Parts: sequence; C-alpha cells; structure tokens
Amino acid sequence: MTTPWSGSTLAKAIEAFAPGSVESSAGADVWVKPDSISTVCEGLKSRPEFKFDLLSSLTAVDYIDHFEVVYHLTSLPMNASAVLKAKVGRGRTEASVPSVVPIWRGADYQEREVWDLMGIRFEGHPNHKRIMLWEGYPGHPLRKDYVTYDQSITLSIPDDATEKLGGDE
Amino acid sequence: MPEAFLDNSLWRNIYCVLAGDSSTCAARDYSSGFFPAGMEWLAFLVSAAIIIFLIVNAVLGGVIVLIWGERRLFGRFQSRTGPNRWGPFGTLTSVADAVKTMFKEDLVPAEADKILFNLAPVLIAAPALTVFAIIPWGVGTYVADLNIGVLFIMAITSLTTLSVLTAAWSSANRIAILSALRSVALLISYEIPMALALVGVIMLAGSMSLGDIIAAQGIPFIIVQPLAFFVFFIAAMAEMARAPFDLTEAESELAAGYLNDYASMKFGLFFLAEFMAEISTAAIVTTLFLSGWKGFDPIPSHFWFGAKLIFVLFVIIWFRMTLPRLRVDQVLKFAWKGLFELTMINIIVTAVLLAILPNPSTSELWIMAAINWPVAIISIWGVSKLLGTAPYSHPQPDPNAPSYPVGSESIPTDAVLGAEPSNAANQAPQAQQEGGN
Amino acid sequence: MAVKTQPVTVNLGPQHPSTHGVFRMRVMFDGEEIVDVEPVFGYLHRGSEKLAEERTYTQIVTLTDRMDYVSSMLNNQAYILAVEKLAGIEPSPRGVWLRMIAGELQRIASHLVATGFLLQDLGALGTPLIYSMRERENILDLFEMLCGARITNSYLRPGGVFMDAPGEFWPALDRGLDDIVRSIDDLETYLSGNEIVFSRTKGTAVLPQELLINASITGPMLRASGVDWDLRHRAPYDYYDRISFERKLHTASDNYARYWVRVQEARESVNIIRQCIDQIEPGPVRPSFDDVPRLIRPPSGDAYAAIEGSKGELGFYLVSDGGIAPYRMHVRSSSLINLTLLRDMLIGGQFGDLFVTFGSVDLNMGEVDR
Repeated sequence: MTTPWSGSTLAKAIEAFAPGSVESSAGADVWVKPDSISTVCEGLKSRPEFKFDLLSSLTAVDYIDHFEVVYHLTSLPMNASAVLKAKVGRGRTEASVPSVVPIWRGADYQEREVWDLMGIRFEGHPNHKRIMLWEGYPGHPLRKDYVTYDQSITLSIPDDATEKLGGDE
Repeated sequence: MPEAFLDNSLWRNIYCVLAGDSSTCAARDYSSGFFPAGMEWLAFLVSAAIIIFLIVNAVLGGVIVLIWGERRLFGRFQSRTGPNRWGPFGTLTSVADAVKTMFKEDLVPAEADKILFNLAPVLIAAPALTVFAIIPWGVGTYVADLNIGVLFIMAITSLTTLSVLTAAWSSANRIAILSALRSVALLISYEIPMALALVGVIMLAGSMSLGDIIAAQGIPFIIVQPLAFFVFFIAAMAEMARAPFDLTEAESELAAGYLNDYASMKFGLFFLAEFMAEISTAAIVTTLFLSGWKGFDPIPSHFWFGAKLIFVLFVIIWFRMTLPRLRVDQVLKFAWKGLFELTMINIIVTAVLLAILPNPSTSELWIMAAINWPVAIISIWGVSKLLGTAPYSHPQPDPNAPSYPVGSESIPTDAVLGAEPSNAANQAPQAQQEGGN
Repeated sequence: MAVKTQPVTVNLGPQHPSTHGVFRMRVMFDGEEIVDVEPVFGYLHRGSEKLAEERTYTQIVTLTDRMDYVSSMLNNQAYILAVEKLAGIEPSPRGVWLRMIAGELQRIASHLVATGFLLQDLGALGTPLIYSMRERENILDLFEMLCGARITNSYLRPGGVFMDAPGEFWPALDRGLDDIVRSIDDLETYLSGNEIVFSRTKGTAVLPQELLINASITGPMLRASGVDWDLRHRAPYDYYDRISFERKLHTASDNYARYWVRVQEARESVNIIRQCIDQIEPGPVRPSFDDVPRLIRPPSGDAYAAIEGSKGELGFYLVSDGGIAPYRMHVRSSSLINLTLLRDMLIGGQFGDLFVTFGSVDLNMGEVDR
C-alpha cells in the first residue's frame, strides 16, 4: 500500500535540507515557496530519505486571488506519495514558477498543459508552447475569469494561429 | 500469314473465318471466308483487333471477379461475410464499385505536373495488360509465343516501377515520393533473385518460350525446382508489392503511398493494374511451375489452367491476409542475403544435375526432384537460421536485467499521514485550509 | 561512398489511418531514417476539465466516458474513486465488486484493441485487428447487459454502480471468460511466434527503466521494462487487496515487450474477474439516497485518486468548494504523459517503425486531448 507522507513531517524534512522554502503544511500537503520549487524538488528526487522518482501529476488550480500549482509525487523504492503545492500569482499578477522538467521529464507536457489552459509560466521549460490550443488563442480557458461561449473567438482565429503546413525549413 | 500463327487456335479460328479462301486456311478445313481473296491483310488486322478486344476484356472481367473473390475471401478469413448486397453473393459489388469510380470527380493537385500525372495511370495499365499477350491459356490459346517469353515477362513487369515513380514524382507529394523510392528499391532488389530463380527453369526446359517450358514439364517444375519456385513466388509477391512486401502502398505508414493524390478513374487504372499484375503473376507461376494447361484428358486444358490459376491466386490472397508487413531494410536484406544465395544454390545444383542427366526424361525429372527437395529444405532452413530473429525466452524475463527497486524501503512510520504523534491532536488529517475560497 | 541527402519534412496526421484518432506529427526524415519528430496535440480537445466545472458530480461520469473511449469503465472507476475520497463516501460492497469486474473486462477490451491496432500498424491487413475486435465485441455485449450501453457506459455512480447485473449476465460472463482465454491463446499462437512480428518489434524503441520513470511513464510500458509497478498491487484501491494476481513483467522494454505484457495482462485480468465472481456478495449495488444524495456536496478540499488504467496511472484530481459541482477537475492522463518519450523512441529509427512504436505506446486521442 502506498503510504502518504504527512505534510508536517515532510515540511520539517524539507526545511532540513532547504531552509526557508516551506510556507505551511496541512494534512498531506506542503506549501512550498514558488522560488524554491526547483531546490525542493531536486532534493526530494535525489535525497535518499525521499527518493521521489516519479512525478505522478502536475496541475494547477485557480483560487481567484492566487493560483496553486499542485505536484503529486510518488516514490517507487519507498512506495510513498506526497503532495507539494505552490501558491503563485497572488493578486492575479503574472503567475510563474520554475519548471521541474530538468528534474522530471514527465513534467514536460503537463507543464505545457497548465500554461496553455491556466496561464502559469514555467520558467526554464525547454519548449514553452501551448499544447491543446493554438498559439494566439485568446486567454486561458481554465481560469475562472475566462469568458465561456465568447463568440469572438471562433470569429477571430488569427492567421498566424494555424502554423503553415509543410516546408523544408 | 505465317504457318505458326495458324497453329494458334485463337488466331486460326478468327482469321480463317474472315479470310477462308486462302490456301493455308483451306488446308485446315476452312471452306470460305467472309472477305474476298486478296483481303487477307484486312482479315489479319480485324482478327488482331478482335483478339486484343477479347484478351483485354477477359482480363478486365477477370479483375472484376478477382476483386469480388478477394473481398469475399477476406471476409471469410476475418470471420465476416464480405460483400453480399449487390447481386447473388455480392457478385455485382465490384461492378458497382467500378461505376462509382468512373463517376467520381477527377482531381488533379494544383502543384502536380499535369502531363506526367495523367500519363502515369496509362503507363501502369499498359504493361500490365501487355504481359497477357504471351500467356498460354490453354492448348493453342495465346496471342503470341515469343521465343524470349521469360525475358519479355521480366522486362515488361519491371515497367510498373517506372510508372509508380512517374505517378509519385508528378503528384508532388513527399509521401508519394517515399513510396516510389521504396518501389524502386524493391524492384532493384527482387528483379535479380526473380530472374535467377528462372534460370533453373530455363536450363531444364532449354528454352525461354513459355510453350516450350510447358512442353518440357513432364512433371510440374514445382516438384523438380522447389527452391526456384520458393524464390520466384516470394520475389513475385515483392514485385507486385503485395503483403508482406506492400511497402509502396503501406496503408498504415504512407496512407496509400504513390496513389495518395489520384482520384476517380485514374485511381481506378492503378487499382486495375494492381489486380492485373496479380492475375498475370499467378498465370506466370502456373505456366512456369505448375505445368500450365497440362492435365489429364477428358477435362479441357483451359479448365486446368483456370483451376491452377485460381489456386495460386488463393495462395497469394492467403499470404496477404495472414502476414504483417516487413520493414524496408529487412525486405532488402532478405532479397540480397537470403533469396540471392538460394537462387545460386539452385543454379549450381541444377547445372550439376543437367551435366549428369542432359535432356531429362520424366523419370529423370523425378530423380532430380528427389535430389532437389533435400537441398531446398536444408538451404531454406539454413537461410532462415542465418537471417531469422532469435525469439525471447519468455515467459521468463531475463534474470540478469537490471531490476528497479520498488517498495524495497519504506518511509519512517511517524512520517505516515495520520500517524504523526505531535500534529494529530490539533489537526484533522484531511482538513484542507486552502480549498475553495 | 555516402550519397548526400536532404532531410524532408512531412506532416503525418491529423488525418492518417494509423494515428489512432486525430494526432499530428511533423516528421523530418532522411531517406528512411527519422531525424526529428514534433507531436502536435489538441485536435480532439473538448475542454472536458472546464465542462466538469459546470456539471454535478454524477453528471461528470458521462464526461469521463468520452475521454478514453476504449476504456470508459476504467475512467468511470478512477473518477468515482476520486469523488468517494473527496466526499468520504463508503461504497456498497456489491457495487465495488461489480465495478471491479467491469473495469477488468474493460482492461481486457482495451488491451485487445491495443494489440489489434499494433498489428494493424505492423501492416497486417485487418485480420488480427478483427480477431481482437471480435472478442472485444463479446465484452461490449456484456457491458450492454450491465448498463445498456456499449462504449460510453456511464455505469458507475458514487458509492457503487447504478444497477445490478441481470441474472443472465453471470452465465454469459462465464462463457465470455472462457472465450476470451481461448481467443487470447489463438492470438498468441498466431502472433507471438510470428517471424515478421518478431523481427519488426524486437529491439525497436528500447527505453531504459530510469528514463521511463523519470518521464512519469506508467502502465504496461513501464512493466515491459521490468519495473514491478502496478497500482492494483502497490496501492490497492477498491477490493484489489483481496485479490491475488500475477504482475506480468518483461525486461526487454522494446515494442515486442510492450505487446507481450498487454496480452499477458489481459490473460491475468480473466483470473481477477474469476476471483471477483467467487467473492461477490448479494446486497445493494449503491448506498441509499439518504446516504449518498443525487446532488453530492463534498466538503471543501481536494482529493487525488489514481487507478491502474489500461494505459497507465489514470488519476483524477478534484477540488471542491462545497458546491454541487467540482471547483476544479484535473485528469492525470496516462495517454498524454506516456507520449513524453515519443521523440526518444522515434528519432534515429526507421520510418516504417514510426507507427508501430506509436501504436506500442497505446494511446487514445480522446484521453490525450480531453
């Protein structure tokens, strides 16, 4: 049975190798400061007491006054799981968080999806492009302030939205 | 009118009805002809036109029947019914398909080279039909018995690739060009084992004429030359680009390959040519290896030829239904490293046997067969061992493979959610502070 | 002497017979060798996650059907587990057994489809595909008995399933399982020893274990490399802790291993279903409406539940604000994430292997794009 790390214990353990990186913890969750995500994840992956080698899921939630990026981590050797969260874009400013693709390649498409649908930038992502929607699509649909059924979208697909097909270049 | 033509029942029966006054026809019990004397040249022209008309339409009709039969067989192989709506047992389905194809819109891509694009279907259909000129359908039933018949077959069937290349190049489609390049690679590789496989047959018959080859088959050459048959059949499948060598059309990779941009009857011509090639290949295999129209007496020769032809077609369809496709490098490797060697073995063995038993009689052919079969089985087995892929020894996985540690350790018990001593008291385990603002 | 060649870019898809839906790849190849691949997603993006924010928890079940439409029962199961975890619903035992049976049947169906289409990509003209589809058809008939639908089942509800299996289901299931075992035997005789299948798939697109785990790849792809990671065993949900089954592993991690693991898993699923049939007990198939109302209002919070789907870890992340609809739903789509290593698998390979490798990933565009 996969054992979940308790948030408070994990927070203490993270603080031990990356001081000042944890904001708070509750239940199974640990809130990490967005700037230190890279350090924390690198530690969680490589340090022998965690060995979180599998990034199960990466997603984001729009809580109106801020966004929350959620990382579900799994450790195969320990058969354990943990939940990391990072609050970004407080006050709906430009939301961005360091990319974890250098640590887990599995974050590649998931981060692109979060950028596409939620509009959170992942600094350092090797291929930071939209994935589901075309380049030039107005807005990010999973945001709570996104206007659904906006007819102007279908009417105003820009010319550069659809990439040119083919070409040897 | 040369005598040789009048030995051919197809020519004689038409020509002599038209120009029966000539002495040659009178010698063969034709009393009087339709045309007056001195018009033999017209009779010759008309009978040529009639024969072309007959053969072309017989082949096209055969294609229609073959398409229906192939689809019915596909259905049976795949445990379904196949076409069964139009006509009895769906026999009219391919007719309906043909009509539909003719009435479809004829699209030409904007960037296509129009002249070549329109020329390619003609280029592919013409040689496919020309092959039928030398095939003996029965006793004395052939258009021409060339003394270089086998060479003619090799030359004409190779033209298919030229038209495939034309079609691909003119349609300005990259996938089509990839398909055409594969087609050329297949041709270059398989033409050689195909031709070399026939060397054994030609040596035995002492002639390249199909008529002589049939006459030489005291017993079918498939029994005398099993290795040649094996190589020729596989190479012919590759030349036709039939599964498992359907690299040029490779539906799952290249969609339809060089056919991608063709529509309407131009596509139809390619389609026809493909099935005509199937029939002509089966006919050639029948002629060269299954003793053509030979059989025993009360049953007419045409029936024997037809029955053998249908059997070979069935085997071709059976292959097509059963086997997945080989990759292009494997196909080429198979031709050069496998089939080429087999043909060489066959030629050497046949040459040695012919040196011992020149002009073999039927019983001597049986002796040759008795020697050739073990040679064939051993050499095919050897080649399959050399070129085959060694299977995995499943179900046991490789015990020496690196095993990733899973669940080998565990986290400290006080770190498990809900088990921590200090926080459990003042915090409900599942309480979330941040959710749902 | 090497001939100087120039790489050519070709668009494969979105309309292509072998892209398993509407997937597009910009492939650059040099001769027959693939130089570069750029996957383009989104042609089947329907915004399911956004739609879910305007549906009640029960209505969303129908949305999950349409994600991976060849394994909708498993999608239902993953979603329902997340809802039960979020709302703290205690499911009815009979409902759990039924959904386990349905889920395993769906796994067999999905693996059969994957195998059939892999052979189709290998160039077999439909015969293996139709053989495996014929068995899938029997499974869909069983689903029709269970819930009246064949593909988009919507069979599961929070707390169990929406109706009990009819009496004639059980003998039909028994017969069906025998048929499945027999047809898997047939398929294996036909394929596992086939020289062409073997030479095409052995040693192509080999992925090392560390890379697979680093790229979050789960399911048969991971097990084909020898990593013993099956959520049914490592993190048993429903009643999988009461089931004993063998995890089939292969160590080669090539296209053949992935095919082989799927076929063996389908076989193993039959065993699991047989154990479920032995252990199922009578009772209600879902809690009464007093316990689980039609309009569920889970307390504020979030929950992530994952199952071993037919393609890998299929997870649902739900956030509730206490309302009748989820505040946010996210699907951890195994099809999408398993594609992470597509470039690593294809580049340097042969053009003819492109779709075989693609098919060996076993993805479903409905789940990739959602």
